[in-house]
Amino acid sequence: MDVRKTYKLFVNGEFVRSESGRAYRPDGNVNVPRGSRKDLRDAVRAARTAFPAWSGRTAMNRGQILYRAAEMLDGRGSQFIELLGGGARARRELDQAVETLVWYAGWTDKLSQVTGTVNPVSGPYFNFTIPEPTGVVGIVAPEDDALGGLVRRIAPALCGGNVVVALAAESHPLAALTLAEVLATSDLPGGVVNILSGQRKELIPWLAAHMDVNAIDVAGCTGDEIKSIEEAAAGNVKRVIKVAATERSPYLVSAFMEMKTVWHPIGV
Amino acid sequence: MALTKKQTAELAKQVFEYAPAPESIDHVKIQPRYGLFIGGRMVEGHSKKRFPTINPATETKLAEVVEADDVDVDRAVKAADKAFDSWAHLAPSQRARYLFRISRLIQERSRELAVVETMDGGKPIKESRDVDIPLAAAHFFYYAGWADKLEWAFPNRKPKPIGVAGQVIPWNFPLLMLAWKIAPALAAGNTVVLKPAETTPLSAMVFAEICMQADLPPGVVNIVTGAGKTGSLVVTHPDVKKVAFTGSTEVGKLIQRSIAGSGKRLTLELGGKAANIVFEDAPLDQAVEGIINGIYFNQGHVCCAGSRLLVQESIAEPLLEKLKRRLSTLRLGDPLDKNTDIGAINSKAQLERIQGLVESGIEEGAELYQPDCVLPERGFWFPPTLFTNVSQSYRIAREEIFGPVLSVLTFRTPNEAVEKANNTPYGLSAGVWTDKGSRILWMAERLRAGVVWANTFNRFDPTSPFGGYKESGFGREGGVHGLLPYLELN
Repeated sequence: MDVRKTYKLFVNGEFVRSESGRAYRPDGNVNVPRGSRKDLRDAVRAARTAFPAWSGRTAMNRGQILYRAAEMLDGRGSQFIELLGGGARARRELDQAVETLVWYAGWTDKLSQVTGTVNPVSGPYFNFTIPEPTGVVGIVAPEDDALGGLVRRIAPALCGGNVVVALAAESHPLAALTLAEVLATSDLPGGVVNILSGQRKELIPWLAAHMDVNAIDVAGCTGDEIKSIEEAAAGNVKRVIKVAATERSPYLVSAFMEMKTVWHPIGV
Repeated sequence: MALTKKQTAELAKQVFEYAPAPESIDHVKIQPRYGLFIGGRMVEGHSKKRFPTINPATETKLAEVVEADDVDVDRAVKAADKAFDSWAHLAPSQRARYLFRISRLIQERSRELAVVETMDGGKPIKESRDVDIPLAAAHFFYYAGWADKLEWAFPNRKPKPIGVAGQVIPWNFPLLMLAWKIAPALAAGNTVVLKPAETTPLSAMVFAEICMQADLPPGVVNIVTGAGKTGSLVVTHPDVKKVAFTGSTEVGKLIQRSIAGSGKRLTLELGGKAANIVFEDAPLDQAVEGIINGIYFNQGHVCCAGSRLLVQESIAEPLLEKLKRRLSTLRLGDPLDKNTDIGAINSKAQLERIQGLVESGIEEGAELYQPDCVLPERGFWFPPTLFTNVSQSYRIAREEIFGPVLSVLTFRTPNEAVEKANNTPYGLSAGVWTDKGSRILWMAERLRAGVVWANTFNRFDPTSPFGGYKESGFGREGGVHGLLPYLELN
């Protein structure tokens, strides 16, 4: 007889039940926690607390940790293939997710070299512009590609030094919740990524309106959802990231970044 | 013969009066009425509503402009939409030439533009002459060069223009903000409909003449005048694909909400409450000049103004003494006078807002300092003001005043300075004054602001990206980053 796993939310580096005590059964049998507004606020607070240390890590260290996540994901490949329904399609999705992590692991220490500039201003200043993470990023996972869709957005956000509160695909949350186990064993500090399962229509409005969330990624959202998210996002001038779900580029990383310009004096 | 100490002290007490040095205005022709710039020419508005634009230093009417209505805005957007295809497909080197030409025309008409800017907006002529207009010309010159080099700016992509850009700009740097908006949009191959601010439409009207002088193809630039309603019509027009706004955070949020779900691209450059941080090892006299420039430049009508002075406790006393002394030498008055440091407040409404916030500062317990300063009888004026004994919770320390009002706070350690500086929903700019290069970079790393000035303040350059963190908006203007909001990178 199997020892079955209890699926839990991933908040602040810990696996917790929803404070609401509620669950739902997206595939008819497995109980999945139905995250609440309070869970979401806890996740945002954990992310905000984790932000200074994570964004302060060296670029190389962030790259090593993302690569470690790729190693852990690859090592548990067969489990994910099963969760994704088995077969060639599932294997391809897993391979792509691993590749995405490896690819962005290699970008952490190149991003500012490609997207930063030294600006030849008319005056005695060394003037440069570098990317900095925007802060707490909310990510709504697309309903298809339960694993790959989420990894394609979490990886670039982390690459630049952001912290993440992600909503797992409502209809297929198991791969995302299991991905949390991968991240938990990748030396990623607690709170850097938080993953919640639950109902989109219940959680999205709070994520979009939360005053301590700096950006929200809507690649996994419907047109109606995007409209209401954009309305709520205006409350604190949130960045709404609409880059296509298939995008894989430093331009996507930049969408999660702020550009900072520094005027440093030159003189004797 | 050397002066005795006593004689020097006597001399220092004397106030030297300056003879008036007014800039001549006879070479400037402001028309009594302006139409709208649509499809390459000045046209009568469909709207019969007009409103006056006044000189805030004298309260006299300069001209009347149209309050454009939905039909006018629709005509402007249609004209821009019609021009888009051929402009986007024009040889990029030709687009570049038009922009170079505009830059040159601004230089050629620079004194006229400076005078118009000062008369319409109230800013000192030395600022419009030495800052606004040269920077506007430089901005066009910089982006002109990008027009045929876009593929070099974004590796691995083929950048394409977006379409019609709807742009709404503020009254504090009318022509410069116009340049920040129009130059990158046109370089990238977009066409624009721009709405200048209600109180400062005149330099945009001169710019319309410049577009005609430059033989810019009809419809590439369209300018509609009006107030908030007209701006709202511009940004929400269904054929406007890209919205760029500079102004208050309050209006920025309204715009973000009003175009939700429309698929329009958006950049916002909004308010600020910048900390100007002075460490004990800073060169004090230089810092005093920087603080003055940071908050009293353009009467404090600057989104990135250094409105919160954070001074290290150990030097607070001597610094404040120097600052107060310097304040008393600032010359307030006729903006057209070449010696004037502080001009007129842009409008009655803005003056009332400043007065209200200053009242709140007094009520909440801050200590007010204003130098002896005679305000002209007509016009809108506010003396340079500083508040000490300010707590972080006071409105004058939290809200953007957009006037010549400085709030002074103190700190002990660099960490405390960072914490206080970042304790605001805004994140546009910050200043750091210290003699230590490593500390500049340490601070710059920790300040959550889009622009960090070290041992200087309020400096701008077309090559240098500008824009905010947090509620100060998103997107950058200036530099290669300033092209991105106007391009599709598919």
